[in-house]
Formats: sequence, C-alpha cells, structure tokens
Amino acid sequence: MDITATTVPRVRRIHRGLFLRNLLYVWCAVVFLFLMAPLIVVFPISLSSSEYLQFPPPGWSLRWFEAYITDSTWIDATWRSIKIGIWTTLLSMFMGTALSFSQVRGRYKGKSIINQISLLPLVVPMIVYSISVYGLFGYFKLIGMWQVIVLGHTVHAIPFVVIIVSAALRTFDITQEQAAMSLGASRATALWQITLPQIRPSLVSAAFLAFISSFDELVVAMFLGGSNMTLPKKMFDNIVNEIDPTIAAVSVIQILLVSLILIIVSKLGAGATPSQ
Amino acid sequence: MTEIDKIKLGSWWRRNRDNATSMFAATPAMLFLSLLYLLPMVLLLSQSFEGSSLQHYRKALTDGLYVQVLLDTLMIAAYVCIACFVIGYPVAYFLSIAPGVWSTIGMIFVLLPFWTSILVRTYGWMVILGRNGIINRTLLHTGIIDTPLALMNNITGVVIGMVHVLLPYMIFPLYAVMRRMDKGLAMAAEGLGASGWQVFTKIYFPLTLPGVLAGVTLVYVLAIGFFITPALLGGGKVPMIAVLIEQQVHTFLNWGFASALSLVLLTATLAVYAVLRRVLRGNMQWT
Repeated sequence: MDITATTVPRVRRIHRGLFLRNLLYVWCAVVFLFLMAPLIVVFPISLSSSEYLQFPPPGWSLRWFEAYITDSTWIDATWRSIKIGIWTTLLSMFMGTALSFSQVRGRYKGKSIINQISLLPLVVPMIVYSISVYGLFGYFKLIGMWQVIVLGHTVHAIPFVVIIVSAALRTFDITQEQAAMSLGASRATALWQITLPQIRPSLVSAAFLAFISSFDELVVAMFLGGSNMTLPKKMFDNIVNEIDPTIAAVSVIQILLVSLILIIVSKLGAGATPSQ
Repeated sequence: MTEIDKIKLGSWWRRNRDNATSMFAATPAMLFLSLLYLLPMVLLLSQSFEGSSLQHYRKALTDGLYVQVLLDTLMIAAYVCIACFVIGYPVAYFLSIAPGVWSTIGMIFVLLPFWTSILVRTYGWMVILGRNGIINRTLLHTGIIDTPLALMNNITGVVIGMVHVLLPYMIFPLYAVMRRMDKGLAMAAEGLGASGWQVFTKIYFPLTLPGVLAGVTLVYVLAIGFFITPALLGGGKVPMIAVLIEQQVHTFLNWGFASALSLVLLTATLAVYAVLRRVLRGNMQWT
C-alpha cells in the first residue's frame, strides 16, 4: 500500500485544520477586545483632569469621582434607582416564583395562555410598553412617583424570574419534598426548608437579573419619572448634553460594582447566565 | 348542603387540591400583569383609533417620511442581525469547544459587558468613535487621515453600538445548542470520508440551526425596538422608530400618532416572534 497516498492529504488537512484553528483564536481575541473596549476606555477618561472629553487625558485627577459624590442630584438619583431596584426584585421574585410553581407543578386549563402572557413583556419593545403605562398613570396623575416606576419595572422583571426559576423547578426532584411531607412536615415547611434551599442558585440569579434589569432601565423611568430622575435618566441627560466627564466616573463605579456582584453571584451558585 | 354533598365536595377537594393550589399561585402575577400590562396595552390600542378612526394609521403607513423611518429601522435591524450572526457564530463555537479555563475567561468577556449598563457602554463608544475620539485621534496623529472620519451620528455608529449590545443575545443560544451537541456525529461523518467543509455544511451547521434561529430572531426583535443606542450614537440623524415615538410624545405631544406608530412597531415585533415560535414549535432552546 502506497503510504504517501493517504498521508499527504491527511497532513495537508491537519495543516489546514491548524490554520483554521488559529484563525478562530484570532477572531475570538478581536471580538473579545471589541466587547471590552467601551468598558476599558471609560477608566482613563474618569481619571482625566480635563473638562472635556479628551484622549489621551492631559492630566490625572479624581475630580469627577468627587463631583459625583458631592453632587446631591447624582446621589439622589443613585439611591432612587437602588430603592426602585430592590422593590422590583422583591415584587417580581414573589410573583414570579409563585407563578413558576404554578406553571411547573399545576395541570389546569389555560396554563399555556398564562405562560404566554407572562413571557410577553420580553418581546414587546420597551418604548411601546412605556407609552402605554404613561397613558394609564398619566390618567390617574401618578407620573413622577417612584412607586409607579417599580410597577413598570416589575412587569418586565417577571419573565426573567419565571424563565430561570421554572427551569430550576423542572429539574428539581419532587420526591424530596414528598418525603419531607410524609415524615410529617407541612407543605409550607417542606417548601421552605427543602425545595427553596435546593433551587437557591437559580433564585439568586433570578433576583440579580431582576435587580439589574430595573437598575439599568431607562425608557420606562424616563416616561414615568417626571422630574424625579433615576440614575440611568441622569446619565442619559449627562451624555446628551455633554456636560462633563462625571458620567465616566459613574460608569467606572458601575463596572466595578457589576464585576463584584458577578463574582458574588457565581460564588453563591451557578446559573448566572441564560445558557447555563 | 347535605352530608353526601359535603363528602363529595371533600373528595373533589382532595383530588384537585394540588391543582387548585397551583392555580392560586398564579393569581398574584396574573392580576398584576392584567392590570399593569394588558390593560394599558388595550388602552393604547384604543388611543390609536382616536379622532377620525384611521387617520393616524394612514399617516404612519402612507406619509413618505414615516414609511422611510420604518423601512430604515427594519434595514438597520437586519444589518445588526447579520453582523451579530457572522461575528457571534465562531465565538460561540470557541466557547463550546475551548478547554475549561479558556471557556470561562471567554465567557467573562461576554458576560461582563452584557451585565454592564447600556448607557455606560454607549458612552464608551462615544469616547472611541467621536470626532475627537480614540480612533480619529490615533489615525490623525499617525497621519493616515487628514480629516476626522464620521464614525458617529450616522448609521455606522448606531450599528456598531447595537451589535455590541446585542451580540451576547446571539452567542448564548448558539452556545447552548453547540454545548449540547453530540460531537460523535461530526466525527462519524469525518470517519466516513467527508471533508471538513462537508462536515460543517451537512452535519454541524444544520444541527445548530435551532440556536441560529433563536439568536437571529431574538436579536432582530430587540433591534427594531431599540431606543438608547440610536438616540445617543445616532445624534438625531438616524431616526429609528423608537426614537420617533419618543419624539412624538415628548416633543410634539401627539398621542394618537405615537400610539399608532407603537402599534405598527408592536405588530412587526409580534410577527417576527410568531415566526420564531412556528419554526421552533414552541421549543425555546436557549432558555
């Protein structure tokens, strides 16, 4: 058997395989750089001493961090967004988790319609939903109250919670709960002490996603907030009016916070990504 | 109620207790969504028919200016969608085959921007793409160009910014499908003499198709309703429909027309979503 007849094409193929593999690595490196670039560039800008967006910065200072901390409108907006985010998380976790149990455990008519309705807010564009609730709350003269922003954000957070928590419940072994109940635990005790602790990683992920979805949300808050600005609205105005690089300092703080929270969430349990 | 009725009711209750509890668990969310989601949407629908019934729709769908915005929106969303697919497919593949550490590091590069506020990222792009931004400064400094390139306040800037925001939505469903795929299938095809190209086009790619469809639809649906990126990186020169709607409400206080435009946008979105559900037969692979 002529050995070259089979090895030459194979060697060529391995060479081409290596070339393609290296091409893939280079491609991914470029894409990762593309993804990280806008996050990286705000760091030097935030430390710039210049009033204007200048690159490279003419000098270094912490004045924009100082500007953020000492300006009460920025701090008020931040606290308002945190407050709205926490309420949104609590409400959507309560309703979304209950709905997930209902979806996974129940067998009743109309279940799939309920499922469709609960997921619909993911599909409907934010701007469309915003002007529809703007109309509703405007009619009742409620525009400008932070509580109505919570309601709007909760509508959008519920689908995230439902998707993550019901995925976890589907894989949960229900016999554990039944075992607890046959040993004398009440339904509530079994739920609280057996089921919920086991799906804790997913609950943490869902809560994180709910909070972030509210904390970063601009459009609903822009319509419903009136003069009571949330942090994203304040940032938006700052960017549009090109006021000063305080926005860069705020961005840096947010990036660092998100990194920190990502670490905490991944420590508390897997499932922080939609795909895992 | 007689004793027998009570017993009947009791046994009905025992049989159906779990289902009744389940239905009860759905009520808070359903009440909430009905009042704060379905009701306002219905009100919006009725608002769009105010005045001489269809006048707003006639304006939205026949006035050249608004038709152009609608078409531009669909086209920009298509650019973004294609770019996300071409860029994201190899990356998802890399993440699915890379050994542990590299896969994790790659995932962090995708997740960190994903979790970061869109406003922060858009601001970052303004720093990079602006007239005095990093790219223009570098190119001017090195003498490659004499006048700054227009990378922002046009479609280019908007597409770059939107691809950055939406790329993870393409990568996640692709990654989920690729991770679950049986590697043996591609190896078997190779063992039977298929070339690398044949393995890809005949085996690998068709098997990732559910992920491709989920990603493409997700990105397209999100892209046509986008507001922040076109508003900031478009600089008022790239009117996408969401920006137009916001303008109609805040600047022109034209409620009826804004409602009609919203319904047009909603219809387009739901149509795309319906196609997705049909194609995937309700099996949302990426979740």
